[in-house]
Amino acid sequence: MYDPTVARLTYRALLGRRRALILSALPLLLIAISVVVRGLAGADDQTASDLLGGLALATMVPIIGVIAGTGAIGPEIDDGSVVYLLSKPLKRPTIIFTKLIVAVAVTMVFSALPTLIAGFILNGNGQQIAVAYTVAALVSSIAYAAVFLLLGTVSRHAVVFGLVYALVWEALFGSLVPGARTLSVQQWSLAVAHKVAGGDLVTSDVGLTTATVLLVVVTVLATWYAGQKLRALTLAGEE
Amino acid sequence: MAVEHPVTAPSGDQTRIHNIGYRSYDGPRLGRAYATRSLYSQSLRGAYGLGRSVKSKVLPMLLFVVMCVPAAIMVAVAVATKADELPVDYTRYAIIMQAVISLYVASQAPQSVSRDLRFKTVPLYFSRPIETADYVRAKFAALASALFVLTAAPLLVLYIGALLAKLDFADQTKGFAQGLVSVALLSLLFAGLGLVIASVTPRRGFGIAAVIAVLTISYGAVSTLQAIADAQNSTGSIPWIGLFSPVTLIDGVQSAFLGSTSAFPGGIGPSNGEGVVYVLVVLGLIAASYGLLMRRYRRVGL
Repeated sequence: MYDPTVARLTYRALLGRRRALILSALPLLLIAISVVVRGLAGADDQTASDLLGGLALATMVPIIGVIAGTGAIGPEIDDGSVVYLLSKPLKRPTIIFTKLIVAVAVTMVFSALPTLIAGFILNGNGQQIAVAYTVAALVSSIAYAAVFLLLGTVSRHAVVFGLVYALVWEALFGSLVPGARTLSVQQWSLAVAHKVAGGDLVTSDVGLTTATVLLVVVTVLATWYAGQKLRALTLAGEE
Repeated sequence: MAVEHPVTAPSGDQTRIHNIGYRSYDGPRLGRAYATRSLYSQSLRGAYGLGRSVKSKVLPMLLFVVMCVPAAIMVAVAVATKADELPVDYTRYAIIMQAVISLYVASQAPQSVSRDLRFKTVPLYFSRPIETADYVRAKFAALASALFVLTAAPLLVLYIGALLAKLDFADQTKGFAQGLVSVALLSLLFAGLGLVIASVTPRRGFGIAAVIAVLTISYGAVSTLQAIADAQNSTGSIPWIGLFSPVTLIDGVQSAFLGSTSAFPGGIGPSNGEGVVYVLVVLGLIAASYGLLMRRYRRVGL
């Protein structure tokens, strides 16, 4: 199910040249802000929770997820070089699964790790906040990568749709319409984080069972369907 | 097929290269300004998907509709309830809808420049009479105009609705004019930033993500820091933090000079002195993005 060559090529496509530097700009910004906040406000659990929840989990993880998830397959389909990959004797689901592993790994390294570091800088993991948000970031990395990888195989405008989901659905509708929160990767991962932290600082609108089931279902379904899409991929010309 | 043609002896002036009627062009040459204008109008149409495939019309048109619908609803509510003012200031509207505007810039700025880079059409443009400055100006002006259309249309809806609801004419006109100035600044600023980021990468997807990251992450970071500064009662630093994100810059300019209430935490907008700094930074950023674009296109892909 896992092909090292495809993995290596995907890593190169995602992190090659200067892309790793650009991708690491976001985590560095998060850590810089945490240092500034720690300097301004001192160690405060509420502040740490707000910053990690608002900036790290709500904005950074989805954006890195979009870049890694769609970037793992989108550009290849876009410029047509995916035919060289598809013509190799590899199962299409294997290709998708490998690319998913790489996208998840990249998202985790560039979003969960800085979240952990930022959490420790902000309040030294008081009330398990840093660990809780890191777990949330890890969990949501998997789901985001799977969903956005699927988007990459479905649409040529995957990045835009991914961002519309992350910013408009989760952030805008999620804050206005309570029902939208049930269908939000962010809330599912917060439910898991709530279990880890235990306190009232990390809360979610979704129960743990629902969240776990939905996370697993969405991840598996998205990966399976992406494999199906890739089996019958039609290469469209440039619009 | 080797048929021997009988070689007839050339006789006198009958030998000549056969003239098949090629003519040199002697009509009017429309020149550099015309080419620039064409590039401008094509880019502007392209920003709304006009003259492109149906699929590429969907997103810009959808965002345009999403921008205008809340304004229409507000107007309908104001008319129905006979309110004596609109629920939202003209200047506030763009700040509330910033996510939509950011998405529009992020999707259309790479569309405008990245494809030219990726398919290496830029050298073809420069084989025409236009020069670097013309290309940059046309693209910049086109995206800024497209953004202005996007942000000014809902204001127009609000204004017309306000007049239909018989709100105070002078008051509404003043607010509308202030709103237009603010969205004009916003259009120039966002277009500049979007184009600079998009012109670096020939990959459309990466450009979109980069633009949205710069616009939203900077806003998220700035508003978080402002909220913390507000909670720490260090209100003096709030306006200075606001200098670091495009949306808060526009917000600061309009709350200092265009009579809007600030969206900063605690409603503390910049004072007039700080407002001057805001205006200078905004103008500086616009000029800087123009300069960077000029630099970027001085040598392209040959």
